[in-house]
Amino acid sequence: MTFAIAAHGLSKRYRLGSRAPYGALRDSIVRAAGAPARAVRRLRGGAPMPVDASWIQALADVSFEVAPGEVVGVVGRNGSGKSTLLKILARITDPTAGYADVRGQVGSLLEVGTGFHPELTGRENIFVNGAILGMSRVEIRRNFDAIVGFADVSRFLDTPVKHYSSGMQMRLAFSVAAHLRPHILLIDEVLAVGDLAFQRKCMGKMDDVSRDGRTVVFVSHQLNQLRRLCSRCLWLEHGRLMAVGPTDDVTNRYEASFMAAVADRPGHSAGAQFLSWTLGEPGTAQHEVTDFGPVTARFSVRIDRPIRNGHHGILLYDRDSRVLWGTGTDNLALEAGVYEIVYDLEGLSLRPGPYRWHVSLYDEGHFIDDLECVPEMSVRTPPLGHRRDEYAGVLNFRYTMEVAELAAPVTASGGPDAGRRVAFRRQP
Amino acid sequence: MAFPSTMSDPLVRRIAPARGWLPIHLDEMWAARELLYFLVWREVKVRYKQTAFGIGWAIAQPFCTMVVISIVFGRLGRLPSDGLPYPVFAYAALLPWQLFAFALTESSQSVVANQRLISKVYFPRLIVPIASVGVGVIDFLVSFVVLLGLMAYYGLTPGLAVLTVPFWMLLAVLTALGAGLWLAALNVRYRDIRYTLPLLTQLWLFATPVAYSMSLVPSEWQVWYALNPMVGVVESFRWALLGGRAFPATVWVSTAATVIALVGGLFYFRRTERTFADII
Repeated sequence: MTFAIAAHGLSKRYRLGSRAPYGALRDSIVRAAGAPARAVRRLRGGAPMPVDASWIQALADVSFEVAPGEVVGVVGRNGSGKSTLLKILARITDPTAGYADVRGQVGSLLEVGTGFHPELTGRENIFVNGAILGMSRVEIRRNFDAIVGFADVSRFLDTPVKHYSSGMQMRLAFSVAAHLRPHILLIDEVLAVGDLAFQRKCMGKMDDVSRDGRTVVFVSHQLNQLRRLCSRCLWLEHGRLMAVGPTDDVTNRYEASFMAAVADRPGHSAGAQFLSWTLGEPGTAQHEVTDFGPVTARFSVRIDRPIRNGHHGILLYDRDSRVLWGTGTDNLALEAGVYEIVYDLEGLSLRPGPYRWHVSLYDEGHFIDDLECVPEMSVRTPPLGHRRDEYAGVLNFRYTMEVAELAAPVTASGGPDAGRRVAFRRQP
Repeated sequence: MAFPSTMSDPLVRRIAPARGWLPIHLDEMWAARELLYFLVWREVKVRYKQTAFGIGWAIAQPFCTMVVISIVFGRLGRLPSDGLPYPVFAYAALLPWQLFAFALTESSQSVVANQRLISKVYFPRLIVPIASVGVGVIDFLVSFVVLLGLMAYYGLTPGLAVLTVPFWMLLAVLTALGAGLWLAALNVRYRDIRYTLPLLTQLWLFATPVAYSMSLVPSEWQVWYALNPMVGVVESFRWALLGGRAFPATVWVSTAATVIALVGGLFYFRRTERTFADII
């Protein structure tokens, strides 16, 4: 049997203090924000310290094979070793044990726009970025029109990219990468860029890539993307390979593990515990917003010790961990039992994309429990904002607009009329 | 399937923990030559963007330094200049010196400056410090034209030895890389390098016969003195351009010192580069 990638016992240890293996700044910020809460938990005899605090096992004994032409997804929480795996396969970092055999040229897309220089024009950046991703000058020149066309930036080709909106930069960067032609393509979470229309275009491009018989290893948090694109999936957890198999199988088990993980978080035995969250009618496992509302969000919590003077807080974050909305409720008094906290929202006028809820509970000013709600809430309403990503903003709601003439010019033939009206409506 | 006999397949690459000293893969470096070209091209393009004076800076920097040291050391200090007009004497040494100082500074900081690149894409890491030197070479070529003008002004014509200038230019670059590769690799772990660099280049300048003539150094010390590779570079520049002097034998000592520093730097860089992405 022939293979494109064959990994045998791949392992990677990082020394703590040199660098945490999980890269996203977002995570560091969230961790920092949660530090006081964790300190409280520790004081109450919560989570045990790891055995060897000076090393982190980012990847532990991971073995798998990928056949040529296969599109394989990788799922796992932040810090589960997904990015480390890709970095090893891309030769950016060495494994500390084990090995992988890789057949053919490997291209990696771990970040969109690597090497983009703000002072250079779009045209210049296409060449530099292409060369960085491993394309030859001839190749770039051959694909130049296709790249520009795909990114839809032809009018700004000779403008420095510092004047581009972030959406335009992303489009251009992805477009360069999408025209890469290696035998094996490693992609880390980059299809989450841009507006929905552009994402759809990228997904189409990905289909082409796999149809060409190229091998793709694809990391994503968006299980729907994985289900659409990948035949098989790997599931990593704390650096270990939990499962390999058909995508539906693995993603379903992965999703189910969220519920289990929420239920047996360590250090949450005292007082109360948030259990799960869902949208819509009770008893459903709905986490998607598909219309403009109203929306009902439900958070279940088990109270073990009666709450006398409770405070409950809720926050809604966007993908960049910006707080979009939050509120708090004081003077809660709850006996032991299982409760559902229900928010009826008139609507979530959010632009399509992933969002996260965070709920917390305090009693007499002391922290009791909080929950970073998984899975993420996915907003999938039709986008009604500006066609161009950079003008679409962060909100998405129905609106009507009309242009009304207030005072008509006086004409020779008659008096003023009521003014003309032209109405425009934008509704799904 | 267990361990397939894949190592016979030329398309298969094994990714495994690397230990000890690693070879330098010239084939891989060659394959990355277009990347090298584009990285240099990017730096050249960016370098003088949003500057009013543009490429003029490449001329102004050595020229102004020349004027200053001509006044301080030539006029006020009355240092001997081997019978040459002091401005030409100084400028002919300043050219390789500026190339060296630029290449040393840039290459030492190149890996850290390109950390996004290094932590997100694979390519032979040696490309980064090598590419960082490219802009210095272009500046050098521009200010070299000024030197020819200056020589014409003083009525000096270079002899055939001028044809060896590219070789001495290369020696200046390799000397810079010899030190720069060590510093670039160290800089990844210890950002102190950034603060020691200005001090280092300043001391190095005084240890190099740029403002003064090598004839000021007692002859029994000259061999030791030439262990500073820049001594050989500067002396051979003067020899190649200004004529009327014997070929400086110290060049061989300097070249040997450069080769040792460079080979050591290359292997040290290769040895540490595998941890760049983890600790940068």
